[in-house]
Amino acid sequence: MMLLPCPWCGPRNSTEFRYVGEAGPRPDPATVTPEQWRRYLYVHANPCGPVRETWYHRAGCRRYLSVERDTATNDVRSAVDTASAAAASSAPGDAR
Amino acid sequence: MSLLPTTRGPREAAAPSARLGPQPGEVIDRRRSIPFTWNGEPHTAHPGDTITSALAAAGVRVFARSYKYHRPRGLLTADYLDPGAFLQVGDEPNVRGAHRLVEAGMAVSSQNTWPSLRYDLKAVNQLAGRFLATGFYYKTFIKPEPLWPLYEKVLRRFVHAGAITPERGAAVYDHRHAHPDVVVAGGGPAGMAAAVAAARAGASVMLVEENHQLGGHLRWGDAADLTALAELRARVAAEPGIEVLLDSVVTGRYDDNWVGIAQRDLPGVTERLIKARAKTLIVAPGLIERPYVFAGNDLPGVMLSTAVRRLINLYAVRPGRRAVVMSANPEGDLAVADLERAGVEVAAVLDARDRKGVVRAHGRGGLRAVETNEGRRIEADLLVTATGWTAPTSLLNQSGDRPIYDPRSARFVPDPARMPENVLAAGEVVGDAGVEAIVEHAEAVGREAARRAGRIARAWRAATPAPADTTDPSDDDPVTIPSLAPQPHPELFAAGTGGFVDFCEDVSAKDITTAVAEGYDSVELVKRYTTVTMGPTQGKLETVNAVALVAAATGRSIAETGTTTWRPVYSPVTLGALAGRPHEPVRYSPMQSWHERHGATPLVAGQWIRPEHYGDPAAEVRAVRTGVGIIDVTPIGKLDLQGPDVPQLLNLLYVNKWSKLGIGRVRYGVMCAEDGVVMDDGVTGRLGEDHYLMSTTSSGAATVWEWVENWLQTAHPDWRVHVTPVTTAYASINVAGPRSRELLARLTDVDLSADAFGYMNVRTGAVAGVPDCVLWRIGFTGELSYEIHVPASYGLHVWERLMAHGADLGVQPFGVEAQRILRLEKGHFIVGQDTDGLTQGFTAGIDGLIKLDKADFVGLPELAWQRERDEHPHLVGLRPVDGSVVPPEASQILDRSGGIAGRVTSSRMSPTLGRAIGLAQIDRELAAVGTRVTVRLPDGRDITAEVTDTVHVDPEGERQRV
Repeated sequence: MMLLPCPWCGPRNSTEFRYVGEAGPRPDPATVTPEQWRRYLYVHANPCGPVRETWYHRAGCRRYLSVERDTATNDVRSAVDTASAAAASSAPGDAR
Repeated sequence: MSLLPTTRGPREAAAPSARLGPQPGEVIDRRRSIPFTWNGEPHTAHPGDTITSALAAAGVRVFARSYKYHRPRGLLTADYLDPGAFLQVGDEPNVRGAHRLVEAGMAVSSQNTWPSLRYDLKAVNQLAGRFLATGFYYKTFIKPEPLWPLYEKVLRRFVHAGAITPERGAAVYDHRHAHPDVVVAGGGPAGMAAAVAAARAGASVMLVEENHQLGGHLRWGDAADLTALAELRARVAAEPGIEVLLDSVVTGRYDDNWVGIAQRDLPGVTERLIKARAKTLIVAPGLIERPYVFAGNDLPGVMLSTAVRRLINLYAVRPGRRAVVMSANPEGDLAVADLERAGVEVAAVLDARDRKGVVRAHGRGGLRAVETNEGRRIEADLLVTATGWTAPTSLLNQSGDRPIYDPRSARFVPDPARMPENVLAAGEVVGDAGVEAIVEHAEAVGREAARRAGRIARAWRAATPAPADTTDPSDDDPVTIPSLAPQPHPELFAAGTGGFVDFCEDVSAKDITTAVAEGYDSVELVKRYTTVTMGPTQGKLETVNAVALVAAATGRSIAETGTTTWRPVYSPVTLGALAGRPHEPVRYSPMQSWHERHGATPLVAGQWIRPEHYGDPAAEVRAVRTGVGIIDVTPIGKLDLQGPDVPQLLNLLYVNKWSKLGIGRVRYGVMCAEDGVVMDDGVTGRLGEDHYLMSTTSSGAATVWEWVENWLQTAHPDWRVHVTPVTTAYASINVAGPRSRELLARLTDVDLSADAFGYMNVRTGAVAGVPDCVLWRIGFTGELSYEIHVPASYGLHVWERLMAHGADLGVQPFGVEAQRILRLEKGHFIVGQDTDGLTQGFTAGIDGLIKLDKADFVGLPELAWQRERDEHPHLVGLRPVDGSVVPPEASQILDRSGGIAGRVTSSRMSPTLGRAIGLAQIDRELAAVGTRVTVRLPDGRDITAEVTDTVHVDPEGERQRV
């Protein structure tokens, strides 16, 4: 079981977290097409390699984290609070 | 089963004792004897005896029948891995008989031997031969399909898998979480030395050993070995920082050195899984002796050199009377010496370093003679092979290492370049040397493991925000680890005469070559086709021989052929240990004791236990409609929201509008997800300028909290909103019924008059002397009602005061069932009952609530498209024409051509109307009020029902507004 380096709590078991999903921008509801909206809801890149995703430290600080993780090696390059992440305009990764 | 004869074979004559005199390293306690039974016959053992050592001492040589061909099998390795000794102990199947210690009164039997262990194998063998060709799973059992159940029955009889009884008493299993600095896998000389060195360097160490004693091969060694062993054990015992786990095994290494350890030596616990987050892991499993493949190599009496050395030196058992030894290494030579000392006549030593060897073993039911590659035939009842070693590299493979085949030493060795920082290897898995050199190397590895553990610990601390300054020492220099290399060893795998490669799965050398000839030329394919290495020993004995045979058959080298994947778990773990202790959290409201005293029928609602009713839900409904009732609604989710941006948040998460909610007002809202599907509902009240209290469904409390935090933290971190979950900070009671005002007025200073405290308003005040209660006037039941939220520790007090002060009003407690009926009469849907994972907002009938003119809210685009399409099902009221029939929930509604056009989502007999009522999701073509539809009941009967408005009682809402 991998460790996730929570910026508030330190390295913790990944079972303390809920995996929320790949992070991405939320389309503007005023102009979005059904095609774009469904891509936002259902289509994920799921790369074998680095990906930016959201995790929720459910059994810890209860903060949402923006995590850069390599899905092939589980190496975590960075994990920061979403509130302080640069792309604060993103939407919840799991919006369904 | 008439296919097979069922006569028992003649019994073997009782064999004379094979127990030797005292041995220097023996682990048995001769002063005591303990009784047990073997296939019903009484036997004795000494404490320390394994099941098979005690039986071997009594002259037993056959313990099991093999998997496919039902061949008799005896000891091969005489340790945990022995494929010939899977036994039934009481009602516990598949016990490793060469590892499990005898306990007084054990009832041991051979497993599923059919018809008996001593049965003449020939008839079975001939029958089996027809079935069991290479790849027999794939070839034999395909056609004809109708015979599949027969195949299953016959195969089940053949397989020696033991038996369990459903009545088996609950055994105790457990979990433990541990955070050692260093885990050492393997308690031989290297593991012990590494553990001591790491502990002396300040590390906390778990030393894990599969056997019942520390020491590895030193245990069956000579006097010098035993002296070294005593010294190492003393050093281990002197280190308080070492926790020794015997009869335990590291089952796997996972991401970031999460290490599973199955612990089997804990009193009172069958098996415990230790989940250890090790900063560093030292892999020191030693070597596993490899069997040699030749015709007859599975005959009882054919053993590995380590097996006879264990039997003689640990258990004082003479393994045979007349032996032939094939030796390719010094350990094999030592076995010759042990045999001679034990009084075994050594008829011949075939030195494989001089190209001498065995080609065939002859016998039936046991070894009779050995045929050598020089054409000699030697009578013997014991054939000992010492033809090489396999490095059990599982934990290293699981760490990302890819061991490389070294033809010079005839084994796979770790590749240091591919080992991660937090995994090290020590001992013979790395290379061969005398005890002193092994210990010296392991001590360096132990010190280095401790140093790296310290570095990792500092990195973890540095990654954790801490108020105090941590003055960690700087990093020490790496420890220089002396070189340790494998010694040359001849490459010996198979004699070319056939024989078994996999003793567990009965896979022969011929099966491997046949599989390659049939085109399965990759070792991974051969494995799957023949099932070689897929038995309980998981390839530890078999893999390298199988790879060598595939290599020979394909004309490739062993290195080119590669090896199959060594996956976790290293050694089988019980499902009980994986599950651990049952932990099922249960939640009760503060009023639970009252409910229990008053005969409430409990209802499991998620983690909550709630009163379903107090005896007569229909009477409870009538009490609420005509007088007053109170219900415990504590599980309702409650979130305290504070901050100037709460209205923005509510506008975003609810489909309706919140900007104009005044202080003291309450509003109902529905949340949808981004796909427009109804997610939760509830009321939110404004308590003050920047202070709101949100309620959610009971089941949605945790989800909605995470949902609110998700949108605040990820999408709008700039919004000033503070969220506090207060679900269990309050006990919640709904006081409902035409006389609820009268009852509550007796207990509160809040002005309850219709003018001062109107419908959909919220007030705060004292109830029954308890300050800081929140009261909101809402109407889930459709009656005049007040939902009061009381500081939780006063919940029981307020409940009891309500019951006492309402006695003259006929106050009646009501449960979840009455509430369900009341809300159904009123047409309120329940999220998850009347909606499902596909029910979008307009289907739920909340058209008036959904404000598509808002600039944004969660799910807005989907809901806009849903209305635009206008083809969705509708939530409608439903009344069977025959009002005495209540169509069960989930009954289907049929369209005119008999297709499914919807379903009943809720249905009850209404005590108020005296007839069946319901809610249904139904296709829009049939959704108009007044439409007659056919409802198919689960028993197949069709009834007619009429579509109505969702509100069955008081559609104008007069009752709740008084």
